[in-house]
Amino acid sequence: MSQVTTTERPSAPVPADGDRPAPAGFWRGRWDEARRSWRRHWQLYLLVIVPVAYFVIFKYVPISNAVIAFKNYNIIDGPWGSEWVGFEHFERFFANPVFGTLLKNTFMLAFYLVLASFPIPILLALALNEIRGGWFKRTVQLVTYAPYFISTVVVVSMTILILSPRLGIVNDAIGLFGIPAIDFLGDPDYFRHIYVWSDVWQTTGYSAVIYMAALAGIDPALHEAAKIDGAGRMQRIWHVDLPGIMPTAVIILILGVGNLMAIGFEKAYLLQNNLNLEQSEIIATYVYKTGLVNADFSMATAVGLFNSVVNLCLLLFVNFAAKRITGKGLWG
Amino acid sequence: MSATTFFKSSRRGRIREPFGDRVFLVIVVIMLAIVLALVLLPLIYIVASSFSSASAVSAGQVSFWPVDFSLRAYEEALRNPQLLMGYYNSLIYAVAGTLISLTLTVAIAYPLSRKRFFGRNVLMTGLLFTMLFSGGLIPTYMVVQDLGLLNTRWSLLIPNAIGVWQVIIARTFFANLPDELHEAATLDGAGELRYLWSVVLPLSKPLLAVLALMYTIAQWNTYFDALIYLKDPDLYPLQIVLRNMLILGQGSGGAVDLAQQMEQQQLANVLKYALIVVSSLPVLIMYPFVARHFTKGVMVGAVKG
Repeated sequence: MSQVTTTERPSAPVPADGDRPAPAGFWRGRWDEARRSWRRHWQLYLLVIVPVAYFVIFKYVPISNAVIAFKNYNIIDGPWGSEWVGFEHFERFFANPVFGTLLKNTFMLAFYLVLASFPIPILLALALNEIRGGWFKRTVQLVTYAPYFISTVVVVSMTILILSPRLGIVNDAIGLFGIPAIDFLGDPDYFRHIYVWSDVWQTTGYSAVIYMAALAGIDPALHEAAKIDGAGRMQRIWHVDLPGIMPTAVIILILGVGNLMAIGFEKAYLLQNNLNLEQSEIIATYVYKTGLVNADFSMATAVGLFNSVVNLCLLLFVNFAAKRITGKGLWG
Repeated sequence: MSATTFFKSSRRGRIREPFGDRVFLVIVVIMLAIVLALVLLPLIYIVASSFSSASAVSAGQVSFWPVDFSLRAYEEALRNPQLLMGYYNSLIYAVAGTLISLTLTVAIAYPLSRKRFFGRNVLMTGLLFTMLFSGGLIPTYMVVQDLGLLNTRWSLLIPNAIGVWQVIIARTFFANLPDELHEAATLDGAGELRYLWSVVLPLSKPLLAVLALMYTIAQWNTYFDALIYLKDPDLYPLQIVLRNMLILGQGSGGAVDLAQQMEQQQLANVLKYALIVVSSLPVLIMYPFVARHFTKGVMVGAVKG
């Protein structure tokens, strides 16, 4: 994104005030540039007014509202008028025995999810790339991609129906081997597996698309050269295909690990019930319950803010590490 | 058709591949067939159950083919007032939401793609930052509350109107249009708005299709905003109705005697399968036709992102 900045500068005429001291001239030049741009392209500025207002109101005002994490919020005084309490909510949250459980549940679930949903699409893409285009390849692609378009509510409903202890087909199947029916949703130990594998079922085909494109971009000459050197298919996958998709894979992994703590509310909340709560309660669902069910706005905001900050640090750290190791990060 | 026709470079006239490679390919095809089955079977099971009789479903007799073929569940589903209301509401949200989102996305992505737009880097950074950090659930809820949008249709249309990802896709697309077009239009006296309307948008139909799809499907499938912002059942979108009927198991009528109660219970079971099919149908019917475009959209974002 940043390369663009450097290429645009020469096209703007340089103001003739080279004799002034550098900083003042710089600002003066920027100001002239802004005025000229404004006069000539005022229509562009007209266009962005509404979208910019949207971002300010719905993205930046909430960030300033998050100040209530450090206050005792009450509606009458508003977010800025309420009384300051410093880190009291955070301390209360950290001291709460639920804190450890929440952190562990959120982290384990998200980590397990990345662990499973990172390599599988790569394997699918590599496998699809090995076979020649025909009806079989097209069918596999079309079918594996389809579940991505099904809503979370429906996927969770399907999961519940299929795993149901009385009627579900999975219990029918294991019943054939004489194993008694298992109440999968009612057992906390199954929660993470259900969450992760239903997610893999839903998103693998979609995620593989990006790798398919990366594979298509690999120079065929590399494959030809490897073939002439006597490399078999496995060797070509290892020495040509994998290095070819590595940059894409690194970015996807950074985004995945960097967003560990941002794991969504939607699915966990739907799969949750009183029986599996012990492992299914994650930070996002806890924030919802504290804030909107129990109406403790300040506490919920503090927990949410803690989560956002941890997540941001994680993302920056992973990006930094990836840059050191592979020379490539999210920002060039 | 023999299995070898799937394989690359096993066409006639080519040198045959080494034995090891052919074995490897057979394994790959078998694995892909297993993956195909794993994805398809749950879907087939749901569809098969939905076309079976209520008693067969309740007895757990259905696997991958309808038992006692019956359309009763669908009749029941299509007569259900909650479901119809949800369908109607979701249609409104999908159409209106997509129009609003599309307009706003173009309105910010186009200026961001113009090199002479002063401050575009600051603006872009401001947008990207919202992807990394957000105020959170409650602070956003407070804004919606303060604006008086709670429990109105607007609460589902406005607060998530613009996706930053979609802005990036659109900006990349606009930036790749040739500069000569803009020069020519300017020489002919067109301003930026006129150029956008008469030149850029007609050239951007594939982009607009992709964005419209992304926004429509997102609107159709989400339930979170409705869960937190809406209280009035008349405004509920389809997904909330589904959640209430499928997961929370509400919405069965009062029964008079035991036999009737049992029948209703059985019907409620098979109704779930039919509801899943009916609610996912519009998206899944659309899907094969749009999959290609969708893929392209993902690519555009991936190249630049």
